Amino acid sequence: MAELSEKLLTILSERNEFDTLDLSIELQFDHQRLVGAVKSLQSLGDVITCEQRNSKQWELTDEGKEIAEKGSHEALIYESIPLEGINQNELLGRVPNGKVGFSKAMSLGWIQIDKAAKDGPRVTKKVEAIEDGVKEICQLVKNFQIDKITDQQKNECKKRKLISEVKIVSYFVKKGTDFKTSVSKQEIELTADMIASGSWKDKSFKPYNFNALGLPPASGHLHPLLKVRTQFRQIFLEMGFSEMPTNNYVESSFWNFDALFQPQQHPARDAHDTFFIAEPEEAHEFPMDYLEKVKTVHSIGGYGSQGYKYDWKLKEAAKNIMRTHTTGVSARMLYQLAQKEKFTPSKYFSIDRVFRNETLDATHLAEFHQIEGLVADYGLTLGNLMGYIEQFFKKYGIKKLRFKPAYNPYTEPSMEIFSYHEGLKKWVEVGNSGVFRPEMLLPMGLPKNVSVIAWGLSLERPTMIKYGISNIRELFGPKVNLQKIYDNPLCRLDK
Amino acid sequence: MPTVGLKRDVLFSILGRSYSEDEFNDLCFEFGLELDEVTSEKEMISKEQGTDKAEGASEVIIFKIDVPANRYDLLCVEGLTRGLLIFQQKLEAPIYRMIELPANSINQMIIHPSTAAVRPFAVAAILRDITFTQERYQSFIDLQDKLHQNIGRQRSIVAIGTHDLDTIQGPFHYEALPPKDICFKPLNHKKEYTAIELMELFSTDSHLKHYLHIIQDKPVYPIIKDCNNVVLSMPPIINGDHTKITLKTKNVFVECTATDLNKAKIVLDTIVCMFSQYCAAPYRVEGVKVVSPDGSYLMHPELPYRKEIVSPKEINKSIGISEDASSIASLLTRMCLPSVIIDNGQSLEVEIPPTRHDVLHACDIIEDVAIAFGYNNVNRTISDTNCVAEQFPVNKLTDLLREVIAAAGFTECLTFALCSREDVADKLGKNIKDIPAVHIANPKTLEFQVARTTLLPGILKTVACNKKMPLPLKLFEISDVILLDKTKDVGARNQRHMCAVYYNKVAGFEVIHGLFDRTMQVLEVPNNDYKFIPVDDAAFFPGQCADIMVRGQNIGKLGVLHPDVITKFDLNMPCSVFEIDIEPFL
Repeated sequence: MAELSEKLLTILSERNEFDTLDLSIELQFDHQRLVGAVKSLQSLGDVITCEQRNSKQWELTDEGKEIAEKGSHEALIYESIPLEGINQNELLGRVPNGKVGFSKAMSLGWIQIDKAAKDGPRVTKKVEAIEDGVKEICQLVKNFQIDKITDQQKNECKKRKLISEVKIVSYFVKKGTDFKTSVSKQEIELTADMIASGSWKDKSFKPYNFNALGLPPASGHLHPLLKVRTQFRQIFLEMGFSEMPTNNYVESSFWNFDALFQPQQHPARDAHDTFFIAEPEEAHEFPMDYLEKVKTVHSIGGYGSQGYKYDWKLKEAAKNIMRTHTTGVSARMLYQLAQKEKFTPSKYFSIDRVFRNETLDATHLAEFHQIEGLVADYGLTLGNLMGYIEQFFKKYGIKKLRFKPAYNPYTEPSMEIFSYHEGLKKWVEVGNSGVFRPEMLLPMGLPKNVSVIAWGLSLERPTMIKYGISNIRELFGPKVNLQKIYDNPLCRLDK
Repeated sequence: MPTVGLKRDVLFSILGRSYSEDEFNDLCFEFGLELDEVTSEKEMISKEQGTDKAEGASEVIIFKIDVPANRYDLLCVEGLTRGLLIFQQKLEAPIYRMIELPANSINQMIIHPSTAAVRPFAVAAILRDITFTQERYQSFIDLQDKLHQNIGRQRSIVAIGTHDLDTIQGPFHYEALPPKDICFKPLNHKKEYTAIELMELFSTDSHLKHYLHIIQDKPVYPIIKDCNNVVLSMPPIINGDHTKITLKTKNVFVECTATDLNKAKIVLDTIVCMFSQYCAAPYRVEGVKVVSPDGSYLMHPELPYRKEIVSPKEINKSIGISEDASSIASLLTRMCLPSVIIDNGQSLEVEIPPTRHDVLHACDIIEDVAIAFGYNNVNRTISDTNCVAEQFPVNKLTDLLREVIAAAGFTECLTFALCSREDVADKLGKNIKDIPAVHIANPKTLEFQVARTTLLPGILKTVACNKKMPLPLKLFEISDVILLDKTKDVGARNQRHMCAVYYNKVAGFEVIHGLFDRTMQVLEVPNNDYKFIPVDDAAFFPGQCADIMVRGQNIGKLGVLHPDVITKFDLNMPCSVFEIDIEPFL
C-alpha cells in the first residue's frame, strides 16, 4: 500500500492532478485499491486534496468476464466439434452453457446438424473459420475501450447480461498545501516498547480522532430515586437533623393515627385508603398510661381541648396497618423524648416508605417515600417553621415559596407549601407542614411550652419533576428502564 | 378534601363584585381555599360521559373550590360567601339564635329505646317561614349531600332528613321496627312498599344502593313518624314522599339521626346556620324538644356560643409576630371569631360561634390569627436549636454498602415491599404456610397480598421487565424485608437485606461469589471467618446452594437458581444470587 501511495504522489508531482478512474484505466489497475490508497493519503492531513465525482460506467458481469477470457459460448461449441462431427448430446455435455452456445452457433450459420444420422443427431462444422465477435466486445469493455463498441453491440451484450452499467465514485486529486512525495507509515498508539527503545522519537503518530465516542467503562449504577434520597439526607444532616429509626413498615393504628389525635372515624382510616393487616392483625403492647391519656383527649378532651366527643375504642387503635406516613415514628420519638428526665431540644428527620391502598396510575403507587423533618424546642414559632422550610428548599434550589392555610388533623396551624415553578409559570404544591397540636404533644408528657414544628413531602414528586418523568412506574418498581438508570446523571438538586 | 362547585356569577353577585380568575385565586389562597377548576355542567358531563351526552347541558361557569375537611361551614355558597365577606370586613358575623317554644309545644321528637340497637341518636330543628328559590333549594340539597359524604361518612355516622312541616304534625317519634312492620311511599315513588321491598327495590339504584349496608342486616330499621303515623323517613336510606319539600314549602322540619351525637349536632347546627338566612326572621331557628329514652330532654339546635380566653402575648409568641391586643381581636373578628379585650389587654375573650365546630383548642384560634395576619407576612426565621446530627446506623451502613456494590459493577434496583403470596412462596418452590410473612387484609390486587420476606422476587421481576437489555444483567438491592416477630409490639419487624443477582447465558456463580467476597472484604470479615455450607433449598439448583455462615451465624444463602424458579418469573437464562441480612454487621 505504501508503495502505491508513493507512486501516486510521484504521478501527482508530475501532473499536478489526476482522476482516479482515468488513472486506473491508464495504469490497468483496480480502481477500488487505487481509491483506498488515495484515502489513506488523505488521512495524513493536507498532503493532497480530493474532490468526489460520480460517473456511470459499463462493466462486465461475471459471465462477461468469463467470455472475455475464454471465448463466447457459441465459439466454444464451434471449437469443440471435431472434423468428423459429433453426436449432439455429447457436444452439449462438453461445453458449459452448451445449449445457449449451440443455438447461437446455429443461428450464426457456423454449424449444421444431421438429424437422420444413425447414432442420433450429428453436428458438423459448416464454415472453416469463425471470428468470435462477442469475446472481442467483452475484451474491449474489460480494457475500458467502450467507445469502440457500437450501440447495437452494447445492447446485444446487455440483453445477454454480459455487461451492466454501474455508478462509479471517483476522486479528482490535486496537491495539498503540505504536498510531499514520500510518506512513512503512521503509528496509532504509543507503546511501552517505543518508550523503552526511544523509537517514538523517529515515528510519526496518527492524530487521535476526537470525533469518535470513547469506550464506555464497565460500571454499576445507583438508582436515581435513591440518589435523590442521598441528597435529601445530606441536606438534613447539614442542617443538624438526626435520622429517625423508620424501619418498621407495620405500625399499629394507635401510633399511626390515635397518637396523632386523628379520630377513629377519620376517612384516612378507611379500608379504601389504608392497608389493614390480617396477620399479625393487632398490636398487643402499648404504653398504657399514655394510651389512657390519648383515649381521654379523643373522647372527652382535656389539655385545653374540647376533644372529639366520641366513644374511643382500644380495638380500633390496636388494628395493625402498613403505615400511611412516617409521622407515627415521629410520634414514637417524641413520646420517648418526653420520657427523658430533662427535655432536650431535638431535630429529627426521616426518609422512608409509606403505604396507601391506592388504585395505581401514572402518578400513584401503593407505596412511596415520605420525607419528614421536625424540630422540638421551647417557644418555636410559625415563623421558625417557615424559616426552616425556606432554608431546606433553598438547599434544594427552590427560592420562591409561599404558604397556604390548610387542614390536617394533627397540626394547627397547618400550611401547604407552594413553590413557584419557573417552567410551568405557576405555583405548585411541594409539601405540607404545621405545628403539632397540643392534643398530640401534651398527653405524651412533653413540657407545656415546648412546640414541635414539622414538614413533609414525597421523595418521588421532586424526583419526577427533576428528571422529567411523567409515569411513576418508570421510577419505582420492576418496570424501571435499566438503560435510564445506566444513563442517569449526577444528582445535584440545586442545579 | 371536599370540593364544592359554585356558579361563578352567583358567587360574584353575593360577594358584591367580580374577580379575575387570578384575583379570586389569590383571595382563596389567603383564606385557605383553593380554586381547583373552572368548568361548566356541560364540560363536566362531556368529560365524564362524552361530548354527545353533554348536548343541551348548561354552560354556566362553575368554580370548583377545595374546602378544608374540617370547615363544614364553607360547604355551600351561603357559608362560603359569608366567610369571605366577613374576612374582607364587608359583613359582620351574624348571631344565630334558637327560639325556644313553651315546654308543651308539639315541637317534640321522642326517641324510643328500640333505636339503641341500630342508630341511637337523633336531633331536630325547624326553619320557620323560609323562602326558597330554585338556586336556594338546589344549594340546600347540595349541602345535605356534602355533609352526608364528609362528616356523615356516607350517611353511616349522620343522615339528614328535611321535610315540609305543614304536611305533618308533632310530636314526632323516632323508633326502630322490624322491616316487615315498616310500610310507606318513598320519595318520588307512586306506591307504598314495606322496608323489605324497599331494600330490594333500591339494591339496583345507582345512588341509594351504597347506603343499604348500613342497616341491611339489623333486626330493626330506624323510622321517623309524626303523631298520625305518617312516615317522615327511614334513615339513613330514604325520606317519605308525603313530606317532600317543594319551592313553595314555607316551614322545614330538619332531623339528623346518628351513631355519634356530637357529629349529629354539628350537622344540624351547620344546616340551620346556613339556611336560616332565608327565614322571615334571619338567623333565628325554632327549637325542637328531643326526648331521650330515659325521659330526659334537650332543646335543639344547641347553637352553642363558647368562650375561650387567650393571651395575645402567647399568640404573638407562637406565630412570631408582635401585634397588640386590639389588632389581634380585629384579626379574629375577620375569621368569624368575635373577640373582646379583657384584663387590661392581657387577655382576649374569643367567642366561638356554632358555625366553627372545628375550633377545639386555643391553637385553632392562633391559626386563625395567623391566617388573617397572612402566613406570608410573617418573618421567616431559624431557631437556635443546636443539635449534633446523627445518622440511623443501619441506613448509614446501607448507604456505604450501596456505593461499594455499585462500584463493583452492579446496578441498583428499587422494588416494592408488597407483593403476591406466589412471589414469596410458590414461585420459589415454597409453601406460603412456611413463610413468616405479614398478610394484608384488604389488598385491591394480587400484587399486594403480603409484605415481602425476601428481596429476590422484586429483582427477578425487574430482570423480566428488562429482557431486551444487553447481558449480563448485574443487579442488587439493599432494603427492608418484613418478618413476623412476636417479640415486637406490633408482631412484626423489618430486617435490612442485601440481594444481588447475576443473569447471563451461563450461571456465573463465581461472579456472585466474588461480589460476596468483596462484600466481606469491605466489612472487614477475613476469609476464615466465613464459610459456605451446602444445603438443599427448593429455590436453588440441587447441589449449587449454600448457607452463608459468618462467625457461626447463618446470614443468608447463595447459589444458582432452580430452572423452575427462573421460568416462573418469566425468565430464560441461568441466574446466580445471594441474599443476606446485613444487620449483624452493624
